[in-house]
Amino acid sequence: MLKMTHLSKVYRTEVVETYALRDFNIDVKEGEFVAVMGPSGSGKTTFLTIAGLLESFTGGEYLLDGVDVSNLGDNARSKIRNEKIGFVFQSFNLIPDLNVHDNVEVPLRYRGMKSAERQKRIQDALERVGLASRMKHYPAELSGGQQQRVAIARALAGSPRLLLADEPTGNLDTQMARGVMELLEEIHRGGATIVMVTHDPELATRAQRSVHVIDGQAVDIAEEPRFHARGDRAEAHAGA
Amino acid sequence: MFGYYFDLALRSLKRNPALTALMVVAIGFGVAASMITYSVFRAVSGNPIPDKSAQLFTPQIDSWGPQQSFNGDNEPPQALDYTDAMALMRAHAAKRQTLIYPVQLSLLPGGDRSLPIKANGYAVYGDFFPMFEVPFRYGSGWNATQDEGRAALVVLSEEFNRKLFGGANSVGHEITLGGHPYRIVGVTRRWNPVPRFYSLFGGSGFEEPADFYLPFTRALDLQIPTNGNNSCRGNISMNGWDSWLRSNCVWVTPWVELDSAADVARYRNFLEGYSADQQHAGRFNWAPNVRLRDVMRWMAYMHVVPPESRISLMVSLGFFLICLVNTVGLLLAKFMRRAGEIGIRRALGASRREIYMQFLIEAGTVGLAGGLLGLLLTAAGVSGVGLLFRPEIARLAHVDLSLVALTLAVAIAATVIAAFYPTWRAAHVHPAWHLRSN
Repeated sequence: MLKMTHLSKVYRTEVVETYALRDFNIDVKEGEFVAVMGPSGSGKTTFLTIAGLLESFTGGEYLLDGVDVSNLGDNARSKIRNEKIGFVFQSFNLIPDLNVHDNVEVPLRYRGMKSAERQKRIQDALERVGLASRMKHYPAELSGGQQQRVAIARALAGSPRLLLADEPTGNLDTQMARGVMELLEEIHRGGATIVMVTHDPELATRAQRSVHVIDGQAVDIAEEPRFHARGDRAEAHAGA
Repeated sequence: MFGYYFDLALRSLKRNPALTALMVVAIGFGVAASMITYSVFRAVSGNPIPDKSAQLFTPQIDSWGPQQSFNGDNEPPQALDYTDAMALMRAHAAKRQTLIYPVQLSLLPGGDRSLPIKANGYAVYGDFFPMFEVPFRYGSGWNATQDEGRAALVVLSEEFNRKLFGGANSVGHEITLGGHPYRIVGVTRRWNPVPRFYSLFGGSGFEEPADFYLPFTRALDLQIPTNGNNSCRGNISMNGWDSWLRSNCVWVTPWVELDSAADVARYRNFLEGYSADQQHAGRFNWAPNVRLRDVMRWMAYMHVVPPESRISLMVSLGFFLICLVNTVGLLLAKFMRRAGEIGIRRALGASRREIYMQFLIEAGTVGLAGGLLGLLLTAAGVSGVGLLFRPEIARLAHVDLSLVALTLAVAIAATVIAAFYPTWRAAHVHPAWHLRSN
């Protein structure tokens, strides 16, 4: 599903070059749930934004669902983001001026979906995260956990094949974090590929395998699978 | 997606009413100032006879010599003296031709009204009416035979006919102008080309509509003097009407209708030939110096557009530009404050093109609101242009459907153009940075 080979990301100024990622290799198979761990500044979020086509990379190769994305233009990258990728961020990233319904609707609008289909998907997604009754609420009227569930519903509504989560429980208390993780696991059981960046080793144990990023390199490979989403997907695949 | 973006635009504008109001007011005042002055400029600089302006020409013949030109620029006089004017008419070298001079006559209205009315009109040839496409409500003009016959005929303007006959068909009636009877043969529809290109010698081009038109030949017979400019050179001793006709005083404006470039060239040759003949005959002591300008070139040469109109338009456009520059700044601040939202939308699949559309539609909505405010201000301002312009110019400014459409179109288009840079910045927001910082 997601394969990076010898990938590098360099930030250049007039006087210095900083490698955010260097010879970065990872291979996430379809249906996997991978946790990406590492200390602050190690490059894991850079990896995630490159994986989500929100940022370009300097060298190497990135195949997303078998497609080399390095030479794609903005329209093609946006289309892939819209149709194949869902994002869940630590800070929820809901649009404050839009209510829950309208926030979930955003990616569906860009897909050019008809109104009836949009409404069905919004209803289904919000029911799945338990917030169908809060459609008309604005983000500021919801708790952090609820906002994150709205963000997950927004990702779910587009039926993405790849869900990228950046510290999805980082701003939540333990109980809310547990609820969010259960949702992610449920989505994974539904067949989605999930890549989750986290600091939290305990959360990482919920994934099938962990990849450690240190100094811009994926240096650690998967441990033994700890749980199997589906019987036929028991095998974890190592990157690096 | 247009409806979606329009809805988003309305929400965005409602979110910060003070900023929105600032932008709308800036655009509204800017566009109103421009449209008010444009409404005047449009009136004074437009083509008064667009269908035929390229076929109508006014000949000029240098009857004064190079030392006596109006502005020392070797240009012939702006009108003809009687000798040259009649020579052109006799030659009949154009498809249609007329001589024109303005007259003012008093009229005794009759009935229970005994005080005379002062009426302004023109002495013209019968070709005047078809040449200038004068529309008729009743009757028609007169023909060449009636010109030759020095007939006592008159054509009234619609306004003058309303004043005298309450708007009824007055053809066949007789009126007394300057103490002489004239039979009415036609009543024009409202016709007042602005600027009045055909009579710029001694006129501003923006006078009230003429009241009547009478045969040039009849006016000469009755020795009706010009009510316009009369310009002479040298020591002139004039003893009466005939002496004036023989003098070098210029006061007659000639017009000819020429359909093709070949006709124009032929007529120019004719003018030069005529002028050369005058030289050979000893009347002119200088080489032929003639001009043949069409309507638009004639108006440009005569500087019809008042300088204050041009200056005020430029000043108001400058003001509008300043308003737009301010709007650029306000839009930039507004759009960049939403970098987080832009990052989210980009992450969720919005291409740069979608961001451009969203923000340009938002700018267009601001422009529309500014345009509506501008319309109100324009309507108010047009009624007050008398503070800036001479009364005969100020009365030309008016709000019509085309000005309404132009005001809205200019406001929207200018705001959208002003929004290109802020929108470009918005479309190039680095989504990853803003998603992290959120």
